[in-house]
Amino acid sequence: MTLLKEFILPRLLQWAMVIFVGVTITFLIPRLSPVNPIDQALGRLTAFQNVEPEGVLALRATLEDLYGLGGSFFDQYIAFWQRVIRGDLGPSFSAFPRPVNELIGAGLPWTIGLLGSAVVLSWVLGVVLGSLAGYFPHRLWSQVLDKVLIVVYPIPYYILAFVLLMAFTYYLPIFPLVGGAKGTPGLNWDYISSVLIHSFLPAVSIIVGATAFRFIMSKALASTETSSDYVTYAEMAAVPKRKVLFFYVTRNTMLPQITDLALSLGAIFEGALITEVVFAYPGVGSVLYNSIISADYNVIMGITLLSIVGIATASLIVDLSYPLFDPRVRFR
Amino acid sequence: MTTIIEAKNLKAYYITQAYGVERTVQAVDNISLEIQEGEVFGIAGESGCGKSTLLKVLLGAFEPPLTVVDGTVEYHFDSERINALALTDQNLRDIRWSKVSYIPQGSMHVLNPVRRIRDSFYDFITTHQQVGRRESLEITRKYLADLGLPESVLAAYPHQLSGGMRQRVTIALATILWPKLIFADEPTTALDVVVQRGVIQLLKEVQQREGSTLVLITHDMGVHANLADRIAVLYAGKIVEEADTRTILKNPRHPYTQYLIKSLPHLDERAERVSIPGRPPALDNPPTGCRFHPRCPLAIDKCRTIDPDLITVRPGHRAACHLVTEEVIHATTA
Amino acid sequence: MTTVRDLFRFSPSFRYGAAILIVVAVLVILSFVSPYAPDKRRAVPRNEPPSAEYIMGTTSTGQDVFWMLTFAIRNTLIVAGVAVLIGRSIGVMLGMISGYLGGTVDRVLSSIVDSVIVIPRLPLVILIASILRGEMTILTLAILIGILDWAYPSKRYRAQILTLREREFTQTAVFAGMNTIKVVVQEHLPFLIPFLLADVVSGFLFAIGFEVTLSVLGLSDLGSQSIGTMIYWGNYYQALLTNRTWVLAAPIASSVIIVVGFYLISTSLSTYLDPRTRLSRMQVKG
Repeated sequence: MTLLKEFILPRLLQWAMVIFVGVTITFLIPRLSPVNPIDQALGRLTAFQNVEPEGVLALRATLEDLYGLGGSFFDQYIAFWQRVIRGDLGPSFSAFPRPVNELIGAGLPWTIGLLGSAVVLSWVLGVVLGSLAGYFPHRLWSQVLDKVLIVVYPIPYYILAFVLLMAFTYYLPIFPLVGGAKGTPGLNWDYISSVLIHSFLPAVSIIVGATAFRFIMSKALASTETSSDYVTYAEMAAVPKRKVLFFYVTRNTMLPQITDLALSLGAIFEGALITEVVFAYPGVGSVLYNSIISADYNVIMGITLLSIVGIATASLIVDLSYPLFDPRVRFR
Repeated sequence: MTTIIEAKNLKAYYITQAYGVERTVQAVDNISLEIQEGEVFGIAGESGCGKSTLLKVLLGAFEPPLTVVDGTVEYHFDSERINALALTDQNLRDIRWSKVSYIPQGSMHVLNPVRRIRDSFYDFITTHQQVGRRESLEITRKYLADLGLPESVLAAYPHQLSGGMRQRVTIALATILWPKLIFADEPTTALDVVVQRGVIQLLKEVQQREGSTLVLITHDMGVHANLADRIAVLYAGKIVEEADTRTILKNPRHPYTQYLIKSLPHLDERAERVSIPGRPPALDNPPTGCRFHPRCPLAIDKCRTIDPDLITVRPGHRAACHLVTEEVIHATTA
Repeated sequence: MTTVRDLFRFSPSFRYGAAILIVVAVLVILSFVSPYAPDKRRAVPRNEPPSAEYIMGTTSTGQDVFWMLTFAIRNTLIVAGVAVLIGRSIGVMLGMISGYLGGTVDRVLSSIVDSVIVIPRLPLVILIASILRGEMTILTLAILIGILDWAYPSKRYRAQILTLREREFTQTAVFAGMNTIKVVVQEHLPFLIPFLLADVVSGFLFAIGFEVTLSVLGLSDLGSQSIGTMIYWGNYYQALLTNRTWVLAAPIASSVIIVVGFYLISTSLSTYLDPRTRLSRMQVKG
C-alpha cells in the first residue's frame, strides 16, 4: 500500500500534470500568435485545389476548434480538450480529405520501432560502457572511449545524422540512401532484412548521441559507486572484479539512470524526428517534415499533441518500472 | 606467544596533487608494532589521528593517494611469512577472509543495497571456497544460528534490517570463514548503547571461539576496557604509548594517554572529567618536535624541537615522551 | 582571474576549448570587415571550388563561403546568446523562488518544471515556427529557443540553492542577523556565479543545436545567414548530388568545432567546480 501511495500515485499525478500542461500550451500557442493560421491555411487550400464547400466547412470547424476563434476563450478550451480526448484531429489539408490520424498512424510504427530500439540499445550500451569506464578509469580503452564520446556528445543530432548519411550512402555507398524498406510488407526474410538495413544508419545516428550522453552520466555515477563502502568492502574481500562490476557497480549505477531515462525520452524522440527527416525514413518525423513544407497545421498540431501524450506515457511506464529494480522502494 | 603480524618503521602518507598544489598528509609516521596470536589488541586515539589509515596499511588495502613511503608489514601464518604490502591477486584470494578479515566502520553502507543478505554471503564465501549455492547457504545458515542471529535476515535486503542487526550481520559476514586475524574498525560507533553491548558480546564470542586475534580500533576507551588485552595509543600518526590494558587504564605515563583516561566517566568517583585542551593537529603540517607539545601542559623546551623516541619503560610498556625518557634514565643511573 | 590562469595551466580541455573559441571570435570580428554584404548574390563567380582566392569556395548563388560563414557564425552566436540570456533568466528566477521560498510555492513550481521537462520541445517549436512562418527574424528565433530552455536550468539552480541553504555559513550568517538579500548576495552568489557560467555554456550547445535544426527544416529566417540556413541553402541547391560538398562542409565542420569547443570549456569548468577537486586544490595553510 505504501508503494501505491508514495510511489505510484505521485507519478500518476505527475503524468496527468504533464499532459495538462502540454495540451494547454499547445492550445495557447496559436491563440497568442499574431497570425491567423486558419485564414492562411484555408486561403492556401482553396487557391490550389478544387474542394467541395462541405469539405471546407468541416475543415474550418476542425481548425476553429484546434486553432480556434469560435466562441469564448473557455468554450474553445473545452472544445479543444474534447477533440484531444476523442482523438479526432479532423482532415489533413495537404492530403485532403484523409484524416490526420491516418497520416500519423502510417508513420507511427516506423518511429516506434526506430525509437524503441534506439532507446533500449543506447541505454544498455551507455550504462554498461559507462560503468566499465568508471570502474577502470585508468585503462587506455576507457580513456580513449571517454575522449571520443566527449567530442561526439555535443554534436547536434541533425549534423551527426547528416555526416553519417554523407559518409555511408554517398562516399561509401554501403547503405541504401533513403526510405524504410523495399518490397511488399510481410513476415519474410527479404522484407525484414530490408527493414533492418534501411533502419541501420538512422538508428546508429540516434544511438551514438544518446549513448554518449548516457555514457558520460554513467561514468560519473560509476566512479562514485566505485568508492562506495560496499564496493570497497567487496573488493577488500577479493570478490572477483567481474562480479563486483556487475552486481555491485553496474547494478547500482543503473538505478538513477532509469529515472533519468524517463526524463530524457523527449530528447531522444526529438533526435528520432530529425534523423527520419535526414534519411527520409517513413516515420512520424517525415510526416512532420512534409506537413511543415505544405503548411499542414492539423498534422503538425496532431503530432505535437501525440508526442506530448506519448512521451509522457512512455516516461510514466519507465518510471513505474523502477521498483522492479530497487528493493528499497519495493519493500518499504 | 607467537607474533601474527609485525610492522616495522611504517610510514604511510596521502600524497595528492591538483592544479599544481601538492599536499602530503603524514597519516602514519614511523610506527612499529607486533601483535600476538590470540590477543585482543586495541588501537586508540582521537578521530583524525591515523587509526583508520594504519588499519588500511596493516590490511594491505591501500591505494593512491595513500602511499607507503617506508617500512614493512608481515603476516606470520604458522611458518609462512607474507609481505602485506605487496599482495598479489592470488595472495588476496588465499588470505583475505579465510585468514585475515575486516569488520568495517559504519556498517550502514557496507552491504550492497540491492543484494539480498544471502547473496552477499554467497559472493564472499565462493570467492575463497569452491562451494555451490546450496552449500554456501548451508554454511551461512549454520553460522548465523551459532551466533544467535535469526534466519530471516538471509532473505532480507540491508535496508530492511535495523542498524544493530546490520552490524551483527556484517560481523558474521566478516568472520564466516573463521579467520585467524580480524581487524575491526569502530565496530560500535554508530550504535546506541544497548545495541553496543550486544555487539561487543558478539565480538568477544567470535574472537574466543577459535582463539582468533582481534585488532580493535576505536576512539572509545570504554570499548577497549571491555575487550582489549593490550592497547596502543595513537596521536597524530604516531604511537605515543603501548601497554597492557590494565597499565594503560591505571598507570598511563604519556600526558596524552592520561588525558584520554581522565576524560572517561567513572562510576565510583565524582571528580570532574577533564577534556583535552585544543584540537588534534592537521597532519599535512604537523607540529615540530613532539606532535603533542602544543596541547601538553607539561611541555618543556626540548619537546618543541626534538621528536621523542618510543622507549621501553618496562617490559611490555612503551611510551614516547621526553619526561618519561628522563625518568627512566634517572631510575637506571640512580 | 587566478581561476582562468589555473584552468589554462592544468586543464588541457580548457586550453583546447579556449583556443577554439578564440578562433571563432576572430571569425566573428572578421565578419565586420567583409568585402561583400552578407546577402549579396552573384558577388563572386558561382560554384567555384576552394582556391587561393576563395578559400572555402563559392555557392550556387555566387556567395563566398568563407565570408558567408563569418556572418553565419556571428548570427548563430547572437541567436544562442539571446536564447541563453532568456532561458537562464527565467530558469534562475524560478529556481531561486523555488529554492528560497520553499513550501507550497516550491512544490507547485517544481511539479510544473518537472512536467515541462518531460514535454518534447521540438514539435512545439515546429508548431510555433510554422505558424509564425514568414514572420521569423533571428530575434524571434532566439526568443523562441530561449523560452523553451529554462526547465532544466531551473531544476538545477533550485538543487544548488537548496544545498547552499543547508550549508553552515548560511546558518551562521542568519544567526548573525544578516537579512536574506544580504545572505544571498554576499554568501551565495559567489557560489552560484561559477555554476551559472558552466550552465550558460551548456545552454549555448542546446541553442546552437536547435538553431541548426529549425533552419534545416526551413523554419527560421531563411533570408539571413546562419550555420543552419547555410546548410538549408546548400541542400536546396543540391550541393551533395552535384558534388559541391564544400558548401556544406564549412557550416557542418564549424558547427561541430564550435559545440565541441563550448563543451570542452563547460566540462573543464565543472571539474574545476567539483567540490572534491576543489578541496584538494585548496592552498595549504600553515
